[in-house]
Amino acid sequence: MLRVELVVNGQDVRRDVPDNMLLSTFLREEVQLTGTHIGCDTTQCGACVVSIDGETVKSCTMLALQANRRSVTTIEGIANGSELHPMQRAFSECHGLQCGYCTPGMVIAAIDIVERSEEPLTAARVREELKGNLCRCTGYVNIVKSVLRGAELMGRPVDRV
Amino acid sequence: MSYGRAPARIEDHKFLTGAGQYVDDIRLPRQCHAAVVLSPHAHADILSIDPEAARKMPGVIAVLTGADVVSDGLGSVPPYILPIHWGGPPAFTTLRPILISDRVRCVGDRVAVVVAETVDQARAAADSVVVEYRVLDAVTDAEAALAQDAPIVWPENEAGNRSVTLHLGDAEKTRDAFAAASHVVRRSLESPRLAPAPLEPRACLGMFNASSGQFTLYTSSQDPHGCRKTLAGVVFKVPESSIRVISPDVGGGFGLKSHMFPEDAIVLWASRRVGRPVKWVGTRSESFLTDTQGRGQKVHAEMALDAAGRILGIRVQAYHNLGGYFWATATPPLFFSLRLIPNIYKVPAVDLTTHAVFTNLPPMAVYRGAGRPEATYVIERLMDAAAAEIGMDPADIRRINAISEQDMPYTNVVGFTYDSGAFREMIDQCLDAADWNGYPERAKQSAARGLLRGRSITSYVEIAGVMNERMELRFDPSGTLTILAGTHSHGQGHQTVFTQLVSGWLGIPQENIRYIQGDTDAVLIGRGTFAARSTQLGGTALLAAKDEIVARARGMAAIMLETPAEEIDFDHGLFRVRGTNRAVPLQEVAKMFYLPAGPVVKLGLGLSGQGTSSGLPGGAPNFPNGCQVCEVEVDPETGMVKVDRIVAIDDVGKILNAALCEGQIHGGMAQGLGQALMEEMTYGEDGQLLSGSFMDYGLPRAEHMPDITSHLLEIPAKTNPLGIKGIGESGAIGTPVSVVNAVLDAVRSRGVDDIGMPVSPPKLWAALNAAASGQ
Ligand code: FES
Ligand code: FES
Repeated sequence: MLRVELVVNGQDVRRDVPDNMLLSTFLREEVQLTGTHIGCDTTQCGACVVSIDGETVKSCTMLALQANRRSVTTIEGIANGSELHPMQRAFSECHGLQCGYCTPGMVIAAIDIVERSEEPLTAARVREELKGNLCRCTGYVNIVKSVLRGAELMGRPVDRV
Repeated sequence: MSYGRAPARIEDHKFLTGAGQYVDDIRLPRQCHAAVVLSPHAHADILSIDPEAARKMPGVIAVLTGADVVSDGLGSVPPYILPIHWGGPPAFTTLRPILISDRVRCVGDRVAVVVAETVDQARAAADSVVVEYRVLDAVTDAEAALAQDAPIVWPENEAGNRSVTLHLGDAEKTRDAFAAASHVVRRSLESPRLAPAPLEPRACLGMFNASSGQFTLYTSSQDPHGCRKTLAGVVFKVPESSIRVISPDVGGGFGLKSHMFPEDAIVLWASRRVGRPVKWVGTRSESFLTDTQGRGQKVHAEMALDAAGRILGIRVQAYHNLGGYFWATATPPLFFSLRLIPNIYKVPAVDLTTHAVFTNLPPMAVYRGAGRPEATYVIERLMDAAAAEIGMDPADIRRINAISEQDMPYTNVVGFTYDSGAFREMIDQCLDAADWNGYPERAKQSAARGLLRGRSITSYVEIAGVMNERMELRFDPSGTLTILAGTHSHGQGHQTVFTQLVSGWLGIPQENIRYIQGDTDAVLIGRGTFAARSTQLGGTALLAAKDEIVARARGMAAIMLETPAEEIDFDHGLFRVRGTNRAVPLQEVAKMFYLPAGPVVKLGLGLSGQGTSSGLPGGAPNFPNGCQVCEVEVDPETGMVKVDRIVAIDDVGKILNAALCEGQIHGGMAQGLGQALMEEMTYGEDGQLLSGSFMDYGLPRAEHMPDITSHLLEIPAKTNPLGIKGIGESGAIGTPVSVVNAVLDAVRSRGVDDIGMPVSPPKLWAALNAAASGQ
């Protein structure tokens, strides 16, 4: 057992955890934020993506201890109070989700894609950048639309060739 | 009424904010965890199981084996439907015990279960259960399993490894058709076994209440009532009301979650044993080992045509790889893979046979499409082969064989009646939408980049709407309406669609309509969701429930308006005295049903309505259908295939919510593309699983999917009052063959005229090289 101190969605969290506990387990079991989903055990699916100090990470590939003194944002912390993040609105507007299981990871990855893109965002770029996230329901067509729409709502340039 | 583009889904908000509640998100006080010990062998006798070491491991509460299953008198699980229920001959079918104690028949057969304080402790202890096996020879290929000297999966089966053989059609008539033919094309084809792979792995959480004798199960099921029926009737032998099954949010199903799994029984049983709630959540690797799989069919097929390219007859010998058990929903694919072969065409004669065969693989069951993609793969591969042989345009050969609109309703050679459809027009529309005529220019551009371009056109039919369904509408005393649905939405957006319907019919704002599904204590009965049945049957049942509500409420409105009921109309949520503006809203009328006293109480207490609808058997299914044009680019240097475009037109009958229909089509197409290009459950000859994770089982990613163009065609079905045809599976039915035919078109000029799924780069590269070197 080792002590971790971190900030999750703006709240201080202190816990003693086993040194082999994954960050995904920590978030789901210790902090009881179950929006972070587990879809695989080989780091292939991206259902568990969270943002750590502004960088997206598959939380199943990281130990809780490695998040010590860092700031984690999960899907529960994306909206501004009751006001959805523009990317969340875009997913809803463009029907970018069906069963919703991949959605938390998709939304967090999507925000990151938009924030990192220096040139106007294209569909091709989004498809390439979504490499780490699986969705079995949507065929990605509407997810790609959602990310582009989300970029627009976030005030970023989009190139719809 | 028509809705066109509908507002965003009601269910989205919770999923977008992480507030969805899937089984693993639920934790009950004092819950502990189960881990299942799986067979590492495909075929072996169990000599002994020694749980002692495991029992001493930290945190372990119990270790249970097949002997405990027997001593507790738990029943084994039969298949969900038998071939005889669908008019087939008797089959050798099998029971599947909750835990196996004598012989394992596939890798991943469950032999013991460990219950411990934590997941990690349970898994560690499961590794310490010592099981001694005598390994037997295994057989994995369905055709090979019928050989005289093949290892026998069920010695008590007098037919060897054959479970059942189904025949359809007229052998003699078909023989004559082939004798008269100008052209005959033949292909041996295979639809490999696939993992349904919903992103949420299967999960369950069981609780037994000793004082009431009640079981509660949270499970990731597409069909909670069906699950309860098996648990109550077969496994625990208790009244169904003793078991409450709750399917909360479910992260995709695709057929996998439409039947009960041993873990559902294990957690309830273990809970009764240890006196605490028990949770089991499958890892992805465990899913690959223990989930049922789809497809798994080998076919030898031939088609006879006249000189003009008209189909005269089709002959098929198929083999279905059942795996170690005839279990779960193994039956539907057997039938649909034969009966959908005529597709949209006029086929005068067929001689269709399938053999369902036992092997040492995990059980085969339904997966999105369930037999329809297999059937479509056969006929559409033959159509392209015939077009190439005769020298016809692939669109023309389809057009001249298609059933025309004037022929509707059309009963085909296997007895399916298509009530409506515009198959030829759809082909033309699809060609236009895909710029079929602009293709040569695009092919030239591809060639300039060293790539081979190919295209295909595919027609397909889905059969939708099986079994009956029930829906209920219930007002509460404050006038809020609740829909109690017998269907189960796990991504399809039923809450939105059903709320939209009811809101439109009853003039009640969507915010005032609640939606409940997936809880057997709240919903009397339902069939869950699979086989593209829910809006059609659920919607029709809902319509009947609405009619009952209006009929009962009219009586109350008559009292309130002091006017005979016959003179009161219901429109836009208001009961109005005909020809006047004296009116009361339905919600006010509903509240009157809850008064504790007064003259109105003679109408009874409470306002609710229920409705049912019938699909097959007993009612008519319908036939959503569509057409796709696909273009691919093949890199001959690497064998890589890029799907450049797919255009799909789908006749879904009456459109309730276009966005949701298109979403279903997109999702199905991604699964179809996966089947065509990358997905395959692979096993060694000894039955060992080689594709045990997402690292070696390829699910399509965003980069693999083209930007699909989807158009909907609204040709209302004549067989249900809402005119709805199903939409759940069409993409998965048409796309595998669309992609494969387009690839073959691309490489035909290089001498490759046959290839199997999945068309992986090494496979295609090898075929191109073999053709180039003249092998
Ligand atoms: S659960 Fe983390 S990538 Fe799949
Ligand atoms: S919406 Fe179901 S996995 Fe993406």
